[in-house]
Parts: sequence; C-alpha cells; structure tokens
Amino acid sequence: MDNYFETHGLSVGYGGSALIHDIDLALGKGKILTLIGPNGSGKTTILKTLSRQIAAIRGAASVDGAQLFTMPQKELAKKQAVVLTERIRPELYTAREIVAFGRYPYTNMIGRLTPEDESIVSDALASVNAEALADKEFSTLSDGQKQRVVLARAFAQMPELLILDEPTAYLDIRHKTELLSILRRLALEKDVTIIMSLHEIDLAAKVSDLLLCVKGETIAAFGTPEEVLKALPIESLYDMNSGSYDPLFGSVELERPQGKPEVFVVAGGGCGISVFRALQRERTPFAAGILFENDVDARVAKSLASASVIAPAFEPISEELYEKAKELMLSCKAVADAGTPVRALNEANGRLLALAREKGLLKDE
Amino acid sequence: MEKKDNTARRGAGRFLIILCLLLLLLVIALAVNLAVGSVRMSPAEILGLLKDGRNASTESLIVFNIRMPRMLLAAILGGALSVSGFLLQSFFRNPIAGPFVLGISSGAKMIVGITMIFLAGRIAMSPWTMILAAFIGSLMITAIVLLFSQKVKNMAMLLVVGIMVGYICSAVTDMAVTFASEQDIVNLKYWSMGTFSGKGWDSVLTAAAVCFPAAIAAWLLSKPMGAYALGEGYAKSMGVAVKPFRTALILLSSLLSACVTALAGPISFVGIAVPHITRRLLRSSRPILVIPTVFLCGAVFCVFCDLIARTVFSPTELNIGTVTSVFGAPVVIWMMISKRRSQEV
Repeated sequence: MDNYFETHGLSVGYGGSALIHDIDLALGKGKILTLIGPNGSGKTTILKTLSRQIAAIRGAASVDGAQLFTMPQKELAKKQAVVLTERIRPELYTAREIVAFGRYPYTNMIGRLTPEDESIVSDALASVNAEALADKEFSTLSDGQKQRVVLARAFAQMPELLILDEPTAYLDIRHKTELLSILRRLALEKDVTIIMSLHEIDLAAKVSDLLLCVKGETIAAFGTPEEVLKALPIESLYDMNSGSYDPLFGSVELERPQGKPEVFVVAGGGCGISVFRALQRERTPFAAGILFENDVDARVAKSLASASVIAPAFEPISEELYEKAKELMLSCKAVADAGTPVRALNEANGRLLALAREKGLLKDE
Repeated sequence: MEKKDNTARRGAGRFLIILCLLLLLLVIALAVNLAVGSVRMSPAEILGLLKDGRNASTESLIVFNIRMPRMLLAAILGGALSVSGFLLQSFFRNPIAGPFVLGISSGAKMIVGITMIFLAGRIAMSPWTMILAAFIGSLMITAIVLLFSQKVKNMAMLLVVGIMVGYICSAVTDMAVTFASEQDIVNLKYWSMGTFSGKGWDSVLTAAAVCFPAAIAAWLLSKPMGAYALGEGYAKSMGVAVKPFRTALILLSSLLSACVTALAGPISFVGIAVPHITRRLLRSSRPILVIPTVFLCGAVFCVFCDLIARTVFSPTELNIGTVTSVFGAPVVIWMMISKRRSQEV
C-alpha cells in the first residue's frame, strides 16, 4: 500500500529542544490516525508541528509525496485544514461566514465567493448538520454547535489531510459520537486522511484505523487499535495507579477494594456487575463465583473482585471448582445472590446458594 | 433558499443603505458647517458663493479659506482615526483597543512636541515633518505595547499598560515644555489640545495624500484581516502570511493615527467608539464592509463634533478632544459593561 502521509525521524518540541524524537509514521489515504496519551505528553506538539504552527526540530514529513515542511503555505492550505484547541470568538460573524473562511485559499484578492464556493460552504454546513445554524451569530452558539461550525470550516477548505487537536473537548457524549461519525464518514466517502488527538481511549479505538501512543520522549506504540492496546495496556500508558481499563469494551472501572473478601457474590450472565460496583463504592472487598470465563461478569470481576472462581465456558461446572468456591464462600462473612437464574450448566451455583441459606449467610432474604 | 446560499450578499443590502445614509449625513454636516459660525450665512448666500467661486469678499474668505479646509480636514482625519482604531482592534482581536487608550497617540504627541521645541529653528515645520515625527512616535509606543502584549494576555491589563505608557509620554512632553521658549509653548499648547482650526489647504491636501492611500491599502487587507479574526493559528493554516500581514496592519494603523495627531493633535475615543458603532450598525465585522463604512462614519462623527466644538460656546472654541470624549467615552463604557456580561474582557 502506498502511504499518503509519512514522517521520518521526526523530532518535535519548542524552542529548538526536542520533546519527542524519532517519530516514524505511515498512513494510507482516507485513514484515521489518533494520538492518545496522558495530558502534557506532547500530542498537541506533534499536531502543531504537522500543521506547521511550530517548526520541526529534525526530520521530515511528506504528504502525497511532497515535502510537508517546505511546501509554500498557500499550497499547503489547499491540502491541509486544521481544527485547533484554541477557542475562537469572533464577534458579529454568522456561522456561515465562519465556514466561508474555509474558502480562503481559493478566493481572489478581496475574498469574493463564487457560486461554486457558496455551494461548497452549503455542503460543508450540511455535512455537520448545521444548516439551521447558518444565519445565527457564531458567538451565540453552544459549544457543541460551535465545534460543528469550526469543523465545517475545515471541510470547506476541501483538505486531503485534516488535523484536529482534541475535537471532542467540551462536547457531551451525544455530540462526541456525532462528531466522530462525521469524521468517519468524511474519511470513507471523501477519502480524507485524518490525524487527530483524543482523550477518550474507548472512542479512539473505535473510530481509528491506527493509534499512536505518545508517552515519554519517544512513541510508545503505533499500530492498529488492537495491536496497540495489546502491546501497551492503557493502565501503563497513563500510569494509572488506581482503577482499570477494559480494552474490549472500552469501559473504565474504579479502584479494586483492597483486603480479604468479606462478601461472596454468586453471579453470572451480567447480573453481577451492578452488585460488584455497589460493593466497590462501599469499598467492601468481595469474591465472585462461579463465573464462566466468557461471561461479562467475569471480565468485570477481574477488575473489581479480590478473588473469583472462573469456570471454563460451554461445559458444566466441575466438582473441583465447586469445592473451591464453597471454601472461598465459607471464608466470607456474607453471601449475596445477584439473581442469576440457575440452570443445567451452572447448577453448582444453586448448591452454593442453598448452602449459604442453610448457614444463614445469605443477605437480603 | 437561493438567497440563503449566499454568504457574500448577506449584509450587502444593509451595507449599501447605511453607506447612503452616512453619505447623506456627511453632506448635511458639511453644509451646516459651511453656514454656521460666528458669521452666519444663509443657504442662498453659500450656494451663491460656491457658484461664483473665490473672490475677495470676507464671506468668500471665510467659506473657502477657513471653513472649507477645516471641515474637510475634520472629515478626512475623523475617517482616518476610525480606520486606525479598527486596524488596531483587528490586530489585538479586541474591540477596546485604540490609538488613544493604548498610548500610541500620546507617543506621537511626545515626539511631535520634542520636534517642535528642539528642532523648530533648524528644520522647516511642514505638515510632512510633523507627520513623520508623529509616525516615529506612534511606532515607538506601538513597539512597547507589543512587547508588553506578549507578556500580558489579558486585554484589560494591556489597556492599563497603554494608559500608563501614555502618562509617561505626557510627562516627558511636559518636561520638554519646561525647557521650551515662550513662542514654542504657545504653538505646542494650542496643538496639543487637539483642534481642526487654523489649518489651511496644504494640511487638507497632505491629509488626503496620506490617509486615502493608507485607507485603501487597509481595505485591500480585508481578506487576511477577516481570517485573522479566527486567531493566528487558523489564519496561518488558511495561507495568511501572518508576519508580513501583522506588520502591514501596525504600519498602516500607526501612519493613520500619526497623520491625525500631527495635523490636529490627540483626539480621544474616536478610534474605539466609531468602529464599535459601525459594527453595530452593519451587524457585521467583515472588514471589507466595515472599513469603508467606518471611514465615512468617523468623518460624520468628527465633522459634527467639530461643529459642536466651535459653535456651542461661540466665540470660545472647545478642544475637539473634549467633544469627542463626551460622546465617545460613554460608548466605550457601554462596550466594557456589555463585554463583562459576556465574560470576555
């Protein structure tokens, strides 16, 4: 595959000193690359260098075979558009006028818009579902609306390469997913190559073709989301001391309660999750069982429970595991029933509950 | 629907109406200015004089050699000052920037004052010398304010800096006055209060020769000026050559305000109030519309202010700065308050 965008031995930083060095990237046309990493790791510095807001310290970058850093600014403006973190606050401009600024590299000396420019501006507004905002004054719009208009401005510039620095900041969950869907569509339909930074790892993994982890002085990992998240657990990328991140679901769990388990939760089939989280909030250490390895409860228990009894999937629970669970249960002060139905394969859980009831350990009955 | 699809045409109708109204106001203001004064003349008399052209009568002298150059000077310099203010506001991306509040006018005044006192005997004090001196003073202070603006991002702080720099310049000017001869002080005092009076056609022609080309050059910068409103980063990404553009903006703004200071002395608040009023009238900040309108609006404003200055307590004249402050300062206060409300100062 021919790479549309590449960097070779790129070093970025401020005032001549490199913050991150040896950045080697390769990205095909119409792909989305997302930079993830902790605050202050240099995501913005990389994006600012690629958009030529600051000069590269060393190394080269090419777009479509042409040198990015030496290209005339006017030529670059027709290839590359940006969405920056700095918030713009122009007064007395309508949303449509803001979007029309995107035509800047294409208009004549006084900025006259041709009918073609006008229709491009309309299309850009439509692509972010902002037609209704066109004649509203920009400064009166909400954060989400502003961000859509700013994005439309970048679209109107008709870039082949779009660089966005934390485009989802200030947006609520609905606007976040909306914005990322728009970007995905742009990459797919218009073949626009997108490089951006995101704080939401879960969304980054879902929207991106490639992830780049920025940590320390070099690139910590670069590849498909699956490769990257396998190679570099999120907990270590972000130096998370408490809590955990599940890359499969992109969900975050808070810190596991420490200590010897006090409650044994008989769970399975997803019924246990809310019980686990309630116990986590009370900071009560707990154990969970007997869970099949492919059960969502098992994944969450792995993050939250002090101990858990996990059984192989698709077969009845073995006597051996039942004994192990029984021992663990009897060492706890109480037993909770998550309400999982007891059927043929997990009948061992039914026996555990019966025993708990007999011993007066079962809560809420 | 077709109409909605047009960005350029939006506001154009409004722009033309306002432009026509301002032109009409300017004609009225100029006409009243010709007729009113310590020697009153009827419209018929004025028309007669205009038709016959210059002659040796006192009336002709008053109209052609005193009132006409004075009002034209007020119109040109009023326009120039307003454009200068608008350019500074575009530069700082803040509507309360202006040549007077940032101390730039005071800087121009200081250098002109020093020139008048110490070089008066050695070089000819033509309007051009004065403009050059004022231009140097403006650029000096602009450079200082720019240095500070890199340190303080907060506009209110920058204003305080500008006002302080202005005071320092005034202090230096006062100090220079202490060492000046009697004759120079009279000239300097008269000039430093700010007035359009006592200027002949040479001043009008000089003002026109500087201000019209500078204003047109500013208008030709409309396109990057608009993009610059989105911030330096975005402007650069769209292909604006930011450094040359910023330099051009500062040079033009300084030249315009220097011309005003050199020919009429420091005039306060016009540079902020007029652009603000103009933007509100147009309901737009697009430089391509604002620059011509702001020039015309400034011309109307200053011609009316000058009319008030010379007629209200006639035969005693007020400083032009006194009148512009009375009308301009409340506009600035109103702006600051409405800005606070939107939490953006």
